Amino acid sequence: MSKLFSDKTKQVFLGPLSKNNPIAVQVLGICSALAVTAKLEPAIVMGLSVTIILGFSNVIISLLRNTIPNRIRIIVQLVVVAALVTVVSEVLKAFAYDVSVQLSVYIGLIITNCILMGRLEAFAMGNRPWESFVDGIGNGLGYAWILVVTAFFRELLGAGSLFGVKIIPQSFYDAGYVNNGLMVMPPMALIIVAVIIWVHRSINKELQEK
Amino acid sequence: MENVFSILVKSIFVDNMIFAFFLGMCSYLAVSKNVKTSMGLGLAVTFVLAVTLPINYLLENYVLKEGALAWLSPEMASLDLSYLSFILFIAVIAAITQLVEMVVEKVSPSLYASLGIFLPLIAVNCAIMGGSLFMQQRQFVNIGEATGYAVGSGIGFWLAIVGLAAIREKMAYSDVFPALRGLGITFITVALMAMAFMSFSGLKI
Repeated sequence: MSKLFSDKTKQVFLGPLSKNNPIAVQVLGICSALAVTAKLEPAIVMGLSVTIILGFSNVIISLLRNTIPNRIRIIVQLVVVAALVTVVSEVLKAFAYDVSVQLSVYIGLIITNCILMGRLEAFAMGNRPWESFVDGIGNGLGYAWILVVTAFFRELLGAGSLFGVKIIPQSFYDAGYVNNGLMVMPPMALIIVAVIIWVHRSINKELQEK
Repeated sequence: MENVFSILVKSIFVDNMIFAFFLGMCSYLAVSKNVKTSMGLGLAVTFVLAVTLPINYLLENYVLKEGALAWLSPEMASLDLSYLSFILFIAVIAAITQLVEMVVEKVSPSLYASLGIFLPLIAVNCAIMGGSLFMQQRQFVNIGEATGYAVGSGIGFWLAIVGLAAIREKMAYSDVFPALRGLGITFITVALMAMAFMSFSGLKI
């Protein structure tokens, strides 16, 4: 058990949360990050789905890594991911139908989410199953926290609520406060992610581009 | 025919793949550093979309949808295979990209030289898969409409990527905050472009 969380594994897990974040630094998986963040609840469901799929597809590819012929590896990876996404999508339809309707095509689009292909290519193809699993979960959570932060601001400022519950008191509205309708529009997701990147790079100066 | 045209125009401007749905963002941000390569990627995406979407439309309507297999035998009319759609769609896309790559390499080496590196990337471009999934949702009445949608979405992506590349080429000379340089300012640029495209949203054709 002492080997289970060696220093290297810890690094693999913590790296994607900040210094090597999939969205802010590796620029992977932007599409879904922007599209599902108008409300907090679908953002959390999306973050968890991606984390689970990433963890398990990393393990499966890592187990298969020595038997996959190099030329067709992309197709093999896609099929593994597509099978896992199908399972998650059916589970969501059965137990959380409302959220799965809100997420619409974006659950299916996890298949082509660049984070998955990126991690499978860069990590799972060359590492053992346990480390790959930790890498998958770490990157999934790194992706999820950006989604949650973005969705938090968009729902709070755009609809005045969190998880669909009104947060801004009625007295504010009576005094003339108005929800910012632009926040729920697609472009503001880009601006909020840009601000997150800005803050992130101001803290971690070594990530700044020349 | 009019309907096909309105779907085409709508998918270029109103339901733009990039600005309305953020599909294909990864390659959009990664490859838009100069106009020439982004032209290549835009062309490749349009082409692959226009080929794969009608194929997936046929698959959806004659194999996957509930009752779609009725042409085979009456007993199969009750089958609903739509849970297989993710795997089949992505398999079609991956196979077609591979095929297109081989054909282009054989027929036109010069086109291959300019497109070649992007073709494998396209298999995992969300815009292609997204096109197929939206097609599944929107229930087009015939294959012409599906093709119009595919070509329109492709052109929309093309327009968006060439526009961004042109802006980024100019922006290389401007003095941006160090922390926003590169990725951050690109995001804000895309957001401003998306806001401009929002003005098309009331368009009625």
